[in-house]
Amino acid sequence: MPPIIEVEDLHKRFGETQALDGVTLAVDEGTVLGLLGPNGAGKTTAVRVLATLILADSGRAVVDGHDVHQRPDLVRPVIGLTGQYAAVDEKLTGAENLHMVGRLLGMPRRVAERRADELLERFSLSDAGDRQVGTYSGGMRRRVDLAVSLVGRPRVLFLDEPTTGLDPASRLELWGITRELVGDGTTVLLTTQYLDEADELADRIVVIDHGRVIEEGTADELKDRTGGRTLQVTLGDADQLDDASRRLDGFGDDAISVDRDKVTLRVAVGTDTELAARAVAELASAGIVVEDFHLDRPSLDDVFLALTGHAPTGAAPEEPAP
Amino acid sequence: MTDLRLPTHASPDSYQRPTGLRAVVHDGRIVAWRNLVQLTRTPGLIIFTLIQPVMFVVLFNYVFGGAIGAALPPGISYAQFLIPGVMVQALVFGSSTTSVGLADDLQKGIVDRFRSLPIARSAVLAGRITADTVRLAVVAFVIVTVGMLVGFRFEGGLLLGIVMVFVAVAFGSAMCWVQANIGLLVPNVETAQTAGFVWLFPVVFISSVFTPVQTMPTWLQVVARNNPVTLVANLQRALSLGEPPAGSTWASMATPVALWIVGLVAVFAPLAVRSYRKV
Ligand SMILES: Nc1ncnc2c1ncn2[C@@H]1O[C@H](COP(=O)(O)OP(=O)(O)OP(=O)(O)O)[C@@H](O)[C@H]1O
Ligand SMILES: [Mg+2]
Repeated sequence: MPPIIEVEDLHKRFGETQALDGVTLAVDEGTVLGLLGPNGAGKTTAVRVLATLILADSGRAVVDGHDVHQRPDLVRPVIGLTGQYAAVDEKLTGAENLHMVGRLLGMPRRVAERRADELLERFSLSDAGDRQVGTYSGGMRRRVDLAVSLVGRPRVLFLDEPTTGLDPASRLELWGITRELVGDGTTVLLTTQYLDEADELADRIVVIDHGRVIEEGTADELKDRTGGRTLQVTLGDADQLDDASRRLDGFGDDAISVDRDKVTLRVAVGTDTELAARAVAELASAGIVVEDFHLDRPSLDDVFLALTGHAPTGAAPEEPAP
Repeated sequence: MTDLRLPTHASPDSYQRPTGLRAVVHDGRIVAWRNLVQLTRTPGLIIFTLIQPVMFVVLFNYVFGGAIGAALPPGISYAQFLIPGVMVQALVFGSSTTSVGLADDLQKGIVDRFRSLPIARSAVLAGRITADTVRLAVVAFVIVTVGMLVGFRFEGGLLLGIVMVFVAVAFGSAMCWVQANIGLLVPNVETAQTAGFVWLFPVVFISSVFTPVQTMPTWLQVVARNNPVTLVANLQRALSLGEPPAGSTWASMATPVALWIVGLVAVFAPLAVRSYRKV
C-alpha cells in the first residue's frame, strides 16, 4: 500500500526566508509521524502545504492519493487540522463551534448536535459545552480545537505543536487521545519541539532544520545513530568512588563523570554493549560494591543537539508568522 | 468509547454536502449565523452600532441645523436633509467592520480552519457580508426611528421610504466587499482598524451628506458631485421627499447609483474571493 502522505522535494520561500528547502517524507496509513524541529524549522509551513492552505513553490505533496496542489477539494474531506494556535471562535460556545463545523460538513442539524455532544463528552468538556470558548482555559481551548478538527472523522490528522503551552496533565491527556485516534486507524502527522513527545507518540521521526530534513528514523534508530550509550554505575560505598573511577578509565571514550552526592559514575561506552558488561565485571571482581548499574541511551535532547548544533527549546521563540 | 474517526466504508451517519451554488448558499448561511451570533455577544459593538448614529442625528440636527438649514432650499427642514445623509454616512463607516472582522478571523486562524474544510470558497466572505448587511439594516432602521423623533418624514409614502432604506443598505453592503479586500490584505487587526476607516473620511465628508455641495469651493464641488456617496444621499433625499428635484428624473438619479453598487460588487467581490483563496 502506498503511503497515505507523500511529500517530495518540497520548496517554499517567504521573501528572504527559505522556509522549506527540499523536504521529502512519507507517512504510512495508521501511523504517527513526528516532525521535529526548532523554531523556524519549517514545521508549520509543511503542515500548511499539506492542509491545502498554501501553495508550495515546487515539489509534490500527495494526501490519500490526491495532489494537494491539483485537487485540494479531494484532500480537504480527508484531513483534519489542529493548528499551532487554537482556531476556535471565542464568542461561540464549545458546542456551537462543533455544531457549526458539523453543519458546514453537510450534517443535518440533529446529526451535528449528536456529534458535538459526543466529542464534548470524549474531551471532558460536557460541563463547559454551553460556555463561550472565550472563558475556557488554555488546555480546554486546545481540546475543543482538536475536537473541532475531528468532527468530520478525518482519516489524516495534522497536529501542529498540539501540546505547546499545556500543563503536564493536559499534555498527558492529549497524548492519550492521540494514541486512541491512532488505535482507531487515523494517520497523524504531528509537529513538535518536544523530544519526549516525539519519543512517546511517533512511530517515525523526521528531524528538520532550516527547511531541510536532517535525519529520520524511529526514535531508537535516531538515538543509536547519533551516539553511543552511557554506562551508569551506582556504588554502595562512597569511599570506593576514586578507585572505581580509576578502574573504569580504560573503558570510556571520554572522561568519566563522578557524582559524589549520588555515589554514581557515568562513562560513555559507545555502541559496544559488551564493553559495558566487562566494565561492570571488572568492578565487581575488584571488590567494589556495585549497588546498581544500567546502560542509558542518549536522550533525544542529546540527539537533537548533535544534529542541529543547538538545543531543542532553548532558542527564544520567533514571532509567529501572520 | 466514542469512535473518533471515520470508518472508511460505512460512516455511522450518512450525510452529504450540497454542491454548486447551493453549497455557497448553505455554507454562507451558516457562516452568517456565526457572525450574527458573534455580534449579539459583543455588547460594545452593539452599543457603538446603535449609539453612534443616534449621536450623529441629534448632534448635527441641533448643532449645525440652524446654520446649514439656512442654505437649504425653502420648505426643506434640516432633519429632512440630514437623515438620508446620516444614514449613508453611518452605513459607509459601518462597512469597516467587514475588514476588521475578517482581519480578526485571519489573525486568530479561523480563516485557516474554514479553508481547510471542504466548503465553498466564497462562503466565508458571503456569510460575513450577509451578516454585516443585516447589521447595516438595523442601523438604518434606528436612524429612521430617531429621525422621526426630530422631524424627519417619508413625505412620499412608506413604499418610497422603504426603497430609500434599501438603497442605502445596498450601497453599504457593496462597500463591505471593498472592505473585505482590505481585511484580507492587511497583516493584522490593528492595521485593519486604520486601513478600513481612514479613507472613508474624505469619501463621506467630500459629499452632500452633511452640507449642500454649493457651499464648497468650486474645485471641491467637482469631486463632491461625482462622489457616489453624494449620488446615494441625493437619491435618498428624493425618495424621502417623494419626488426628484427640479431638472432630475428618477432614472437620472437611480441609474448612476445602481451602476456604482453593481460595479463595486462586480469588481471587488471576485477580487476578494481571489485573495481569500491565497491568504
Ligand atoms: N507567511 C510568512 N511570511 C514570511 N515568513 C514566513 C511566513 N511563514 C513562515 N515564515 C518563515 O518561514 C520560516 C519557517 O516558519 P515555520 O512557521 O514553518 O516554522 P516552525 O517550524 O513552525 O516554527 P515554530 O516552532 O516557531 O512554530 C520561519 O523563518 C518563518 O519566519
Ligand atoms: Mg510552527
